[in-house]
Amino acid sequence: MQIKEGQSTTIPFWRDERILKILGQVIFAVAVLWFFSSIFQNMKVGLAKQGISLSFNFLKGVSGFDIAETFFPYDRSSTYWQAYQIGLLNTLLVSITGIIFATILGVILGVARLSTNFIINRLAAFYLEFIRNLSLLVFLIFWYLGVFLKLPRVKEAIIWPGDIFLSNRGVGIPWGLPTASYPTFRLFLIFGFILALIVFFSLRVYSQRTGRAPLTTIWTLLTFILVALIGWIILPEKPLMLDVPRVEGLRLTGGKILTPEFMALTSGLVLYTSAFIGEVVRAGIQSVSKGQVEASRALGLNVFQTLRLVVFPQALRVIVPPLTSQYLNLIKNSSLAIAVAYPDVFYVANTIQNQTGRAVEMIGSVMVTYLIFSLITSVLMNWYNQRIKLVER
Amino acid sequence: MRKLFAITGILVVAGLVLAACGGAAPAPSGGGETVTVVETVVVTVEVPAAPAAPAVVAPAGYGVTLETVKARGNLICGVNSQVPGFGYVDANGNFSGFDVDYCHALAAAIFGDPGKVEFRPVTAAERFTALQSGEIDILSRNTTWSLVRDTELGGNFVHTTFYDGQGMMVPADSGITTLEDLDGGTICVQTGTTTELNLADVMAARGVSYTPAVFEDADSTFAAYSEGRCDGVTTDKSGLVSRRTVLADPSAHVIIDETMSKEPLGPMVRHGDDQWFDIAQWTVFALFSSEEFGITSANVDSVMASATAPEVKRLLGVEGDLGLKLGLENNWAYNIIKLVGNYEEVYNRNLGPDTPTYIPRGYNSLYTDGGLLYAPPFR
Repeated sequence: MQIKEGQSTTIPFWRDERILKILGQVIFAVAVLWFFSSIFQNMKVGLAKQGISLSFNFLKGVSGFDIAETFFPYDRSSTYWQAYQIGLLNTLLVSITGIIFATILGVILGVARLSTNFIINRLAAFYLEFIRNLSLLVFLIFWYLGVFLKLPRVKEAIIWPGDIFLSNRGVGIPWGLPTASYPTFRLFLIFGFILALIVFFSLRVYSQRTGRAPLTTIWTLLTFILVALIGWIILPEKPLMLDVPRVEGLRLTGGKILTPEFMALTSGLVLYTSAFIGEVVRAGIQSVSKGQVEASRALGLNVFQTLRLVVFPQALRVIVPPLTSQYLNLIKNSSLAIAVAYPDVFYVANTIQNQTGRAVEMIGSVMVTYLIFSLITSVLMNWYNQRIKLVER
Repeated sequence: MRKLFAITGILVVAGLVLAACGGAAPAPSGGGETVTVVETVVVTVEVPAAPAAPAVVAPAGYGVTLETVKARGNLICGVNSQVPGFGYVDANGNFSGFDVDYCHALAAAIFGDPGKVEFRPVTAAERFTALQSGEIDILSRNTTWSLVRDTELGGNFVHTTFYDGQGMMVPADSGITTLEDLDGGTICVQTGTTTELNLADVMAARGVSYTPAVFEDADSTFAAYSEGRCDGVTTDKSGLVSRRTVLADPSAHVIIDETMSKEPLGPMVRHGDDQWFDIAQWTVFALFSSEEFGITSANVDSVMASATAPEVKRLLGVEGDLGLKLGLENNWAYNIIKLVGNYEEVYNRNLGPDTPTYIPRGYNSLYTDGGLLYAPPFR
């Protein structure tokens, strides 16, 4: 309907679409706020009736319980807050380890799924379909009770070549023990890292200027390894002493002991998430049109070069957004740690909640913690996505 | 318009989710400063406001739980489902055990029908939240009485129904006989228990280093122990005796001769309703006293007919109005004894010599037999 000029001012505000739109938003916002505040109020009144008030002061109290896997010294006289921090670090450890291994395995699976070799192709397809249709919780419990706790007792531990101990108290692997010269060696490592960065950026500049594609990653890594190796050789005392796991009384000590809980959780998460990542990678690769591959082969690039220079850069644009979701899933799924007794943040918060009765505070903290982890991951992945996305002119 | 639909949809979904979540957090019982909520609060957007019923000069919340339970028609009791002899679900889905029978006794006292109980299995970690939030009326789940739980957790312990102590079970072939032998070992324990804290205390005091392996519930704790994850498993001695019966080979495990703590176990109610506390407490005392007076489910009718002792008469409601003072029928204790039994009957049914979970009575005998069970007078 057309309104003649001059008449528009006479429309009453309750029929003015512009005002109604704003009004709708305001009413909605107020309703939401009111809804949440009444729920919160209801809870506060309920808690107050039992003499409970919301506060985080209890976090300063002595925890009184022990935790198995700790990054810093912790015992029963440490505070609840320190216990929570241990949970946080354990969640981070599992998430980062999980993401790294799941990505590597996922890419291999994705490529294998598209292999022209019939056996590799079928095996990968079977793996993806099998794993993707399992329940993660069942899968984790299988790894814990069915695999890692079924290993022999400490005294009859299986010893694999390379001094790898397998027992139901954990998997022991040889590990470097820092000696007196380690601080000097660390300087070498830092120097090597800086040099590697220089090599990386100069190769980038070189490649942009000349249009050639040097093997940037490999040269960067080689620089770092070379410097570290020089440091290792010229130092009179070796900076790291090889510490081999051994059985001592009831326990496995020495080297690095990976507990059955950690092993079960990470292997479960890695194998599960890698199946999804494999499908994401396959979809990404298949999104690159066949012509691109044919053209690059026609230009004389070999299979590896085609993948590295033509297919992957284009596939990444499709891969990264769903990959972010998989990373987020892995982080959030790590809270299933409680089923296999790994002390992650949710597990520790649960214990604290139970010992103090602070359910609202602890559940709130855990929610905020996972939100922060997820947001950081999203921001990083979005930044990466921005970098690799198709530049449109 | 489509946008508006979407927004409304989101609001509705969010509302449902939050109402579901919120249902556990706010307390359904008790009155506020100016209003008294009579029914269980269902979390809705409106703040419920029912007219106050100031019957007696009593603090807010007094009598609300009994009202709620009676209106609902059954008692909701938080119990264990994984410890045979105390709280266990059998193959047919029936709950049985010492703590479960206490709930039956309470239901008999209130309704005259021990079957009017709904059992809610709760884990050690959930139990206090379940009680605080009003999801359960009473917690009867081998719970240790301690100061923090009596205050900060918003509950009151009714009375100790079972005196226990923390023990340690190890494989018989391990050669471990003392806690010191466990040095360097791994010990399985359940999260959110006093056991977890006692273990840390005792080991620190004795200077024994150990690694805890802490599990979410009793089933996973003992599953890991039986897989050899730990050198020992610790919980209340009664719990060890009872869980040993469901291990693959019970004779392959021994409970070492050390008691790590005092563990007085008993039911727990929410803060704020003293009448409910009294009912729960005197139900325990009725169980104690009936054993003391030699009244059993078998002879209660004849005792009632021929009773001469005044206290027995008062207990059974033949004389006086003790039941009414609790807000119950006057024959409440008669119902408990007739329908559930006295303390001894309840004990022997679940933990007696004829059961696989046999635990000698020890401290859990009447004071007249050298035990700790002692009920105040019924008058």
